[in-house]
Amino acid sequence: MKDGIRQSMAWLHTWSGLLVGWVLFMVFAAGTASYFRDEITLWMKPELHGVAHAAVPQALAVANAVATLQDKAPKSQRWFITLPTEREPGLRVSYNAKPPPGEGGGRRRNLKSLTLDPATGAELSAPRETRGGEFLYRLHFDLHYMPAIWGRWIVGFCAMFMLVAILSGIVTHKRIFKDFFTFRPKKGQRSWLDFHNVSAVLALPYHLMITYTGLLTLMFMYFPQGIQAVYQDKQDTFFSELFNSPPADAKAARVPAPLAPLAPMVEQASRAWNGAPVGRVTVAFPNDANATVSITQQTGHAISYDVPTIVFDGVTGRVVSAPSAHSGAAKDTRGVMYGLHVARFSDPFTRWLFFTCGLAGCLMVATGLLLWAVKERPKHLKAHAGKTGFSLRLVDGLNIAAVAGLPLAMAVYFWANRLIETGIAQRPEAEIRWFFTAWGIAAIAALVKPGRPMWRLQLALGGLAFALLPLLNGATGGAHLGTSIAQGIWAVAGFDVVTLLLGAFLLYSSHYLGKEKAPKAARATPKEPELAGSNA
Amino acid sequence: MQVQSTMAPAAKPRKPGPGWRYLTGVAVRALAAIFGGYALSAAWAAALALTLPTVRVEAALTATMTALVIYPCAAMWCFGARTALRAIAGLAIAGALPAAILLLSKGAA
Repeated sequence: MKDGIRQSMAWLHTWSGLLVGWVLFMVFAAGTASYFRDEITLWMKPELHGVAHAAVPQALAVANAVATLQDKAPKSQRWFITLPTEREPGLRVSYNAKPPPGEGGGRRRNLKSLTLDPATGAELSAPRETRGGEFLYRLHFDLHYMPAIWGRWIVGFCAMFMLVAILSGIVTHKRIFKDFFTFRPKKGQRSWLDFHNVSAVLALPYHLMITYTGLLTLMFMYFPQGIQAVYQDKQDTFFSELFNSPPADAKAARVPAPLAPLAPMVEQASRAWNGAPVGRVTVAFPNDANATVSITQQTGHAISYDVPTIVFDGVTGRVVSAPSAHSGAAKDTRGVMYGLHVARFSDPFTRWLFFTCGLAGCLMVATGLLLWAVKERPKHLKAHAGKTGFSLRLVDGLNIAAVAGLPLAMAVYFWANRLIETGIAQRPEAEIRWFFTAWGIAAIAALVKPGRPMWRLQLALGGLAFALLPLLNGATGGAHLGTSIAQGIWAVAGFDVVTLLLGAFLLYSSHYLGKEKAPKAARATPKEPELAGSNA
Repeated sequence: MQVQSTMAPAAKPRKPGPGWRYLTGVAVRALAAIFGGYALSAAWAAALALTLPTVRVEAALTATMTALVIYPCAAMWCFGARTALRAIAGLAIAGALPAAILLLSKGAA
């Protein structure tokens, strides 16, 4: 490509990073937020902030869930019971709303969900409808307004570019250790490069891990050939061998039989795991002679994503299958890498560490994108007689739309959560529409008028919107910082503090961009091209 | 080195933008990296899944996880090779072994 491997890898690093950088920034930002998916969802349901949650014995919670399900859906094909955790205090039950007539297409769509009080089984006073953190989590790999499968291919394609960019970036770097300690502020291009290097190198193990494991989470979709070669068309067999689950083609016997009590099974499973709590209970064909009860351990008690499952006979209550002690190196490897990506460890320290690394990833992508524009600007000014060409304008515009516009859109999403009236139809979709409307407007404005004033405007708006969220929370029925800290509702307090800091950071960035212009204009050196946009 | 000497005169007269030869080179390498790299990784995934000496679920998993590493390496090779032709030739050589394995296994089945 270029002379020498390092130069050609630098070239590859630049281009593979730039072409998909805007999507990657969104993937990184939404993924980083997803570490606190449950906390975001809780914040977005202020009705639940004040509810005190005492720990309820799991056996009791399960019995309550079964009573509700027997009442609501005794003839359902499948029940799902998700037990309360420290991060999600509600007891969630869902069931297939109606038995599929003939062939049950769209299994997901027929799923009905309820949130119960684990102590009594009573339905919790319905909080406002919102997709909460789930929206950001899905946006992270499914995108939106398109079939999820397209989104996953697009994100996978970009992630592969990211992996190439990281690997070629490592080859490019001959001073990887020295760069770690090098930062020369206020030196234009040099500073951006230094900052890009620091944010990249500092969290390099994380970046590599998160990109590879991200691809791994969907690898059966991206590379089905390995499984096809061995299993031909029987993918289901592969998955039941992989997850040790009962075969997917099990059928109801259509002979009524009473369901055995679940509480003893829950206790037995928990004993088998040395006391680790139960996370999820799935009952297939309840009240049928072929009923099975799959009990899965709660996540967060090991790194691996593959949590052990014990399957019981639903009528006799006897164990049908339990995971063997030896599961296999490749299975374990996949489980741990998957677990690393989604980071459902119970340990808050690790989660905060990952969150911080995710933010470093956002900064790495953002500075990388900016760097291209900063490097290109002098060339353009020279070639086009003091004007910036189309490609540079496009990159500038997209940079603003992604780096400054996305935080603004996220903040607007949280504002929409509190400003849209409750109880209207399709409320979750309305919140999401606010998000994309704000982002769309920001993107159009950025493309029409890219330049420093636009950077400042969007950063300032995003910063204000974020910084004021704690006030909005208090004003619209949530637990404000005073009460949330006093009562130890750390999930809500954490959200408020983080958004406050993010807002302050964005506001400072906007302020900094304005400050830097002044001395340069005073010196009036036309030779020196400006840092981030000069075509006002 | 050779590329440098052939490209330098072509690049000099036109100031803005790189020459056609350069752009074609980039396009060929990009296509080779994206599609050739995918084909190579997929072939290795299938071949390894068939040949790794372990339980089938383990073999399929290991093969698929390996493919995720082969792909970016192949892409880097495509842009690191001295000429576009060599990039393609390299992919072909790396793909010969899994292709042979797959053909043989089909013949055996």
